[in-house]
Amino acid sequence: MRGFLLNRLSQSLVLLLIVSVIGFVVLNLIPGGPLAQFGLDPSMTQDDLDRLKEQLGLNRPLWMQYLDWAWRLVQGDWGHSFRDGAPVLDVIGRHIFATLLLMGSSTIIAIAVGTWIGIRGATHRYSVFDYLGTVGAMVALSIPTFWFGLIGIYVFSLQLGWLPAGNMYTIGDGSALNYMHHLILPSIVLALVHVAIWSRYMRSATLDVISQEFVKTARAKGLSERRILMKHVVGNALLPMITLAGVQLPSVLTGALVTETVFTWPGMGRLFLDSLGYSDYPVVMGLLMFSAILVILGNLIADIAVAVIDPRIRLS
Amino acid sequence: MAVNTKPKLVDDAALSVRGLTVDLPKGMERAHAVENISFDLKRGQILCIIGESGSGKSVTANTIMGLLPKVIRVSSGSIHLDGTAIIGASPKKLRDMRGRVVSMIFQDPLSALNPLMTVGEQITEAMAAHGVGTKASRRSRAVELLTEVGLPDPELMYFQYPFRLSGGQRQRVMIAMALTLEPSVLIADEPTTALDVTTQAQILELIRDIQRRKGMSVMFITHDFGVVAEIADSVVVMEKGRIVEQGSAEQVLKSPTHAYTKRLIAAVPRLTGEDRIPQDTVSKATILKVEGLAKTYRSGSALFGSQRVVPAVNDVSFDLAHGRTLGVVGESGSGKSSLGRLLIKLQDSDGGRILFEGNDIAKLSESEFRPLRPRIQMIFQDPFASLNPRSTIGQILTVGPVAHGMSYSQAREEARALLSHVGLDAGAFGRYPHEFSGGQRQRIGIARALMFKPTLLVADEAVSALDVSIQAQILELLDKIQRETGVSMIFITHDLRVASQICDEIAVMQKGRIVEHGPPSQIFLDPQSAYTRELVAAIPGERPRSTRPIAANV
Repeated sequence: MRGFLLNRLSQSLVLLLIVSVIGFVVLNLIPGGPLAQFGLDPSMTQDDLDRLKEQLGLNRPLWMQYLDWAWRLVQGDWGHSFRDGAPVLDVIGRHIFATLLLMGSSTIIAIAVGTWIGIRGATHRYSVFDYLGTVGAMVALSIPTFWFGLIGIYVFSLQLGWLPAGNMYTIGDGSALNYMHHLILPSIVLALVHVAIWSRYMRSATLDVISQEFVKTARAKGLSERRILMKHVVGNALLPMITLAGVQLPSVLTGALVTETVFTWPGMGRLFLDSLGYSDYPVVMGLLMFSAILVILGNLIADIAVAVIDPRIRLS
Repeated sequence: MAVNTKPKLVDDAALSVRGLTVDLPKGMERAHAVENISFDLKRGQILCIIGESGSGKSVTANTIMGLLPKVIRVSSGSIHLDGTAIIGASPKKLRDMRGRVVSMIFQDPLSALNPLMTVGEQITEAMAAHGVGTKASRRSRAVELLTEVGLPDPELMYFQYPFRLSGGQRQRVMIAMALTLEPSVLIADEPTTALDVTTQAQILELIRDIQRRKGMSVMFITHDFGVVAEIADSVVVMEKGRIVEQGSAEQVLKSPTHAYTKRLIAAVPRLTGEDRIPQDTVSKATILKVEGLAKTYRSGSALFGSQRVVPAVNDVSFDLAHGRTLGVVGESGSGKSSLGRLLIKLQDSDGGRILFEGNDIAKLSESEFRPLRPRIQMIFQDPFASLNPRSTIGQILTVGPVAHGMSYSQAREEARALLSHVGLDAGAFGRYPHEFSGGQRQRIGIARALMFKPTLLVADEAVSALDVSIQAQILELLDKIQRETGVSMIFITHDLRVASQICDEIAVMQKGRIVEHGPPSQIFLDPQSAYTRELVAAIPGERPRSTRPIAANV
């Protein structure tokens, strides 16, 4: 187990290195650069621009900029925003809660609903329920998240007036209830596509387990169908799902970024778009590294969880 | 057995089946899984139901357990278990009887146990399901059962997960589980088929022993007449869903009346103890000389200090002459399959020499060995998995020789000739693997190997997946081919009876080493090593019944 952890951690570090290099290079290939916006300002002289360049360290060769940035990152200094000079970590910190709230609640919805649909579809295979589940999943997978978002706003906010159309809370009302009220629509919209994926995988995993010999053994012992399902089938079927949850994390993250834009949700997605618009490279790089760490961490936790739950891995 | 003796049977029969017909879904190869079968399992006896694959023996067992899949339905007949009618009983009633009145053990003890639950949990939940005992009493009962089936350290075993146990230990756990509520009938569906021969002997002895002590009635499903001879009181022979013969074990084994039974018994490979008559037409020159061959498997990571080292093949040496067959026998994990893979260079060896026609091939690189590859061919165990389902038989047969430079038209001619030679009609050329039975596919596998005109054939468990009657045919075919082409053969098998049929010499492997090497007469009649003696003694049905001591650990 310790060997496994060390192994995975060293892999993760190499991965982060690769992500940072690619991100840094690609970002600097974009024409324009951070100072392009000043080019239109008649009051800025070439001297001013050069001085700015000098101040921000942008006149150095790219590899030197990278090494400088990476070395500071390792020491915990993620740099400062070009826009307002605030430390990058602070900027991200102001937006992280909103994104994690949205991702967390929609993941819980996706897992709960998807698992239920998947198991029921497998135990009632070829029933009307199973058929509807299959068709529903196909529909949810083929329609983009932003469309669901817009339709949701139109129906539930504009027509029915049940739910707010955007933002995380009503200004002046910071109650948990108010947060939850704002959370319902975006988290469901973000969950839809993952419910679809989750239910399909859960259905086939359950079908796999149901046909296993040990389920027959459980029946031969005289166990009730309910106990067979809960104790023997679900546990074994959920095992591969944990890995899936880890693999799905990046897609939840990108989905969250889209959903945030639709619902004017003050999370990392909005921050990312805004920072790109301003060519605020330190913040963009910070966000990139942050999401990479999040995804790697998620997968690592999933792997550890599988290892802890499955005695075949835990004990060998 | 006369069917007209009806009412009184219920008393002395623990299980009574009358006129049972079970339908298969439409579009299957036959209408009924079993058709109008009747038999009794008398109290305190072991009834063996024997038949080849597709005979309906497992369907019969599942019907009695009430575990048939929904698409398979009972259309007529009755089953009485301990006097209670099973057919037509409510699911609740059936569930109540399962585990309490009738229990079942299965063929593969690994997949029959939940990998995520401890042995103890899986035993106690059977009691909990029937509301028997308290948590504490269930636990002590489970430990008692684990002791009873001869498992070492029952207290510790209680907390073990199935993956930690050997095949024999898992089957003992299954038996403990089945015995939990002292059922009057135990159904055993091929419980020893997946086990090694020595383990099989121990499990058979355990079942026999428990059955005697508890006066239990056992319905034992098998395809092996050796096993029948070992434990049966009475026998039911099934073919294609019908009972063709039934009676006492003595009667059926000694004087079978039905032609199918006779054929089946005749097909069972017997230990001949006689040596094969060598062919005098072939030169005695050595084709293969193996010296000190070694292969060690390493798993885990050396870097983080959790490495496991398993010497799979350890200092193995032997000679093989032209036109002769060397049998390599051993139990699972003995290294016999690893040896086979080394010889055809599917794997590189760590040490030693393989002199094939005088050249050491052990050290050749893949590209250097490539021109020699056609000369050494392999026949695989699983005739289903070893043929590409998307290729026609013609493609399967010709692709190799064409890759080695034969013209397609010539390859096609030879393929057609070979197909008829191995007993298939030439029309097979354009068909796909799924259109053939297991035995036919194995013939195709043999034809595929012969396309290269090899001088050495390595057959790894080539007949293990086949029914006995088919097994006999394939062995005959291999023998015929050897006599015609003078090909040398390495025949890897776990079944000593099969080895005795076809081999000139036999090498017995244990833990990666050859512990004994000699002609069949020596191996079977005068074994020199203790391990060989143990193996030979464990062959089911070869001697009169004996009471072997039950080993505590498998």
